[in-house]
Amino acid sequence: MSDFIGDWYALLVLLLAGFLPNEVWRMLGLWLGGGVDEESELLVWVRAVATAILAGVIAQILVLPPGALASIPPSLRYGAVAVGLMVFIVAKRSILAGVICGELVMLIGKWWLG
Amino acid sequence: MALPALDSPTWQGTAAAFVLGMRSVASTILTLVLFATYIGIGALAHDTHFSLFWALASTMFVWAGPAQIILLSTLGSGATVIQAALAVTVSAIRLFPMVVSVLPMLRAPQTRKRSLILPAHFIAVTLWVECFRLLPLVPRERRVAFVNGLGTGLVSISMTATLIGYQLAANLPPLFGAAILLLTPLAFLLSTARNCRQLSDVVALVLGIALFPVVSLLHTGVDILISGVSAGSIAYGVHWWRRQP
Repeated sequence: MSDFIGDWYALLVLLLAGFLPNEVWRMLGLWLGGGVDEESELLVWVRAVATAILAGVIAQILVLPPGALASIPPSLRYGAVAVGLMVFIVAKRSILAGVICGELVMLIGKWWLG
Repeated sequence: MALPALDSPTWQGTAAAFVLGMRSVASTILTLVLFATYIGIGALAHDTHFSLFWALASTMFVWAGPAQIILLSTLGSGATVIQAALAVTVSAIRLFPMVVSVLPMLRAPQTRKRSLILPAHFIAVTLWVECFRLLPLVPRERRVAFVNGLGTGLVSISMTATLIGYQLAANLPPLFGAAILLLTPLAFLLSTARNCRQLSDVVALVLGIALFPVVSLLHTGVDILISGVSAGSIAYGVHWWRRQP
């Protein structure tokens, strides 16, 4: 059972670094909503920064991979995602097609490399 | 599955509206993307040594895929709690405009602010997109119940996926474990690419990916923040420059 819950410190971290930072913005939106112009320049910047942070995280997982992903050679990791992106673009922005093809490239590539 | 007409008697109860909201999760491809994403998050939580309870609680209470991944990957790579909290806080700013833009669709004249707290918690990119698609088909006075149903449905599916991903990562051979971990960058890259509405979004995405590997050589502990704020600001600069006559 303690394996299931884990340690309490990690749960405190989840509250402080995970739950509160997100909920604060949602509740601020609720509180101040109406007073903010959705198309304002500030929000364009906010969206750009949020997108770039997420992009950085995508890069982080690929460049410094966690766990089992580290057993896949870097070129294969990048290649699989590149193929996924190309299929996504060709297949009229189908996320599903892109994800499946990217995964297949990684699986077949790793199997082929041994 | 189509929703009943706006004047249909089916909409008369809030419970019925809640159930209709919950069933609407079956009507979108985004549910499948969400499922894949949360399988990846569950696997990531396992491989960065968090407990299953932690992973499930993060899906339920944080309810923002990008924030959960930032939290997992920063803490997993040895960042301090403050560094992780900072990166998550900045990434979560995007929830603010989402809530602001959905509120006018949700509110009816008699709606109390506290009944909007739960719908506001459910706001994340998937629900936000679905609100724009589905809410015009829902009578205004039933929208809060409908969104609560939709949110409950999406969170339940995501918690199930988190559980499955966690168990798969714990039990599968490394090759398949790696395939599940690859779901996260793939699904996020493609769903973010799909949400790009302006040139600034595209520049932010491309530059954000390109800049991180460079910044990460500095080992600052807040690499994600530095690369994100720089790439995002440059993207905004491009947007601003193109607007000039």
